[in-house]
Amino acid sequence: MVERTSLSIRDLAVQFESEQGVVRALDGVSFDLQAGRTLGIVGESGCGKSVTARSILRLVDRPGRITGGRILLDPGTPAQADLVALNPDSRQMRAVRGGRIGLIFQEPMTALSVHYTVGNQIMEAVLQHSGASPQEARARAIELLREVGIPRPELRLDSYPFELSGGLRQRVGIAMALAGDPDIVIADEPTTALDVTTQAQILALLRGLQERKRIALMLITHDMGVIAEMADDVAVMYLGRIVGFAPVMELFKAPRHPYTRALLRAVPSILAAPRQRLSTIGGAVPHPGLRPTGCAFHPRCTEALEGRCAREAPPPIPPGQAGASCFLAEAVA
Amino acid sequence: MLIYLLRRLGLALVTCVFISVVAFVIIRLPPGDFVDAFIANLAASGSSVSAEQAEAMRRDYGLDQPVLIQYVRWVGRVLHGDFGVSMVWRRPVTEVIGDRLWLTMVVSLAALFLTWTIALPIGIYSAVRQYSLGDYFFTTLGFIGLAVPNFLLALILMYLGFRYLGLNVGGLFSAEYVQAPWSLARVWDLTKHLPLPAAVLALAGTAQLIRIMRANLLDELRKPYVVTARAKGLTERRAILKYPVRAALNPFASSIAYLFPYLVSGSIIVSLVLGLPTVGPLLLQALVAQDMFLAGAIVLLLGVMTVVGTLVSDLLLMWIDPRIRLEGGA
Ligand SMILES: Nc1ncnc2c1ncn2[C@@H]1O[C@H](COP(=O)(O)OP(=O)(O)O)[C@@H](O)[C@H]1O
Ligand SMILES: [Mg+2]
Repeated sequence: MVERTSLSIRDLAVQFESEQGVVRALDGVSFDLQAGRTLGIVGESGCGKSVTARSILRLVDRPGRITGGRILLDPGTPAQADLVALNPDSRQMRAVRGGRIGLIFQEPMTALSVHYTVGNQIMEAVLQHSGASPQEARARAIELLREVGIPRPELRLDSYPFELSGGLRQRVGIAMALAGDPDIVIADEPTTALDVTTQAQILALLRGLQERKRIALMLITHDMGVIAEMADDVAVMYLGRIVGFAPVMELFKAPRHPYTRALLRAVPSILAAPRQRLSTIGGAVPHPGLRPTGCAFHPRCTEALEGRCAREAPPPIPPGQAGASCFLAEAVA
Repeated sequence: MLIYLLRRLGLALVTCVFISVVAFVIIRLPPGDFVDAFIANLAASGSSVSAEQAEAMRRDYGLDQPVLIQYVRWVGRVLHGDFGVSMVWRRPVTEVIGDRLWLTMVVSLAALFLTWTIALPIGIYSAVRQYSLGDYFFTTLGFIGLAVPNFLLALILMYLGFRYLGLNVGGLFSAEYVQAPWSLARVWDLTKHLPLPAAVLALAGTAQLIRIMRANLLDELRKPYVVTARAKGLTERRAILKYPVRAALNPFASSIAYLFPYLVSGSIIVSLVLGLPTVGPLLLQALVAQDMFLAGAIVLLLGVMTVVGTLVSDLLLMWIDPRIRLEGGA
């Protein structure tokens, strides 16, 4: 069954300009989000995952700005809108935030204000996107808290975030993201700050909600385990570009990009021999301001082609197609 | 919450006791005792007191008792509103101070109010529009405000007000109301005279509070919960005013505690320059004339008022920050 495409991102480019120079945080990113499907976005820290999430909501911090590309909501329908063309402060853009696209954060403590009750912060989001009366908003907030599995929501509504455990707080964060009834949800490392048991519960909750509401979920993580459990499709990011894209099974069975292979090797396995050294990717992600020439991954790549990878950049992957932005992958195909 | 309150109250009481000891020490500071000073004072004006009379006075005031007992008795009298007699004015201290204490309060509170109403919007503006022209303008203005001594500003403002606006500057009342009993007209007259001294007194504190507000808000604006608020679809104005500004308000509540003593002591010089009937000039006179009961009483009253200010600021903090209210934390 072909799902409806909710969001199409094409050639998105974001730059941070400072006195030290221009940092190209995103450099031509393209992908689609489909209703009822989960796109996992994976990559090491600093490769532009959060900037992608923020630019979709037009919330990139200064001095960052979108320098190119399109973010199409409801592409191919009469209602199609390019979010890049909107004024970030416009009424239309604010209706999209929370109303069409919900955002779930990494740090459930700092992402909620300690100065207001859970109920206050959720009801505010409800009221923002509906004509509900305060009483109706309260009822809706209770319903939302129940939906995300918070026990005794009537009481929890009057708690402050610091009175809740990390897991409960993240559930509140999810309830808040869903308060405006969005059909697209972006979760930026939603379980990174949680312990393993809670992580599993939150992931299960997210999957349940997504299936029930046919949400298009964009799940950002650096954890291949989370990807394996949650994603339908996977986009691998490196230095502001998508270097690999594949359905999740294919990615794990036959990873096409050397970077993807390196990421998979770095996952600790319970099948590994005891005391076997964990594989790591050599070197560190370079700063996006110091992007290597040619293929940005070549200095760390164990399979780099002598002469070619350092000079020539492999072409980007056409959006929606499985592939890798790598000369080796081309040769195979 | 109760524990927090009780702890604060306890602390306030201890501070009050400490202040009373300081005031008592001030009273006993000059060589000899109060009766010696009194006799010397009388002698200066031509009368004299016999040795028996002096002894009787000493007994009356309990000056023949050990220091600790004297202190306890003095505290007992103070608690009944008896602060002793001013030697210079030959009248009970309470009468001498009269309205001055309340007028000091009124001037200081007016200055505090002005500080807040100016510092809050400018601080928010400077943080939200960091490095804008307006931010630089207010920053420069703020540094000037910090650097100019406020008595100089008082003189300049007085001159300008008098020369160009024909204002009746100086004092807190027009001539016809200085001795008048309290009435609505007198209160209105006071209100008209307040802005100038309040502005002079508020200047440095305002400049300081703008810097604090700007720095705090800049910190808060970077926090993830601000993105959360924006991601809900709130307008920029609402997102900022409801969340980071609220979080940055703590220094405003604390400002009562530290601005108040500063305003009171700052008001001494300004009050002299502007001729305000506050306790400031009185304290100065009392110290110069070694009028120790008067000086001690003023120090004690100002100290206690400051403690009350601190308590009020703690209560405000509790109201602003639910973490303090619910956890009784720092
Ligand atoms: N506020 C900012 N100012 C300057 N550069 C930034 C800012 N935010 C992000 N960047 C740049 O964008 C790159 C990608 O950041 P980010 O998307 O947060 O990475 P991650 O994949 O870990 O989420 C960073 O390496 C940094 O160079
Ligand atoms: Mg990130």
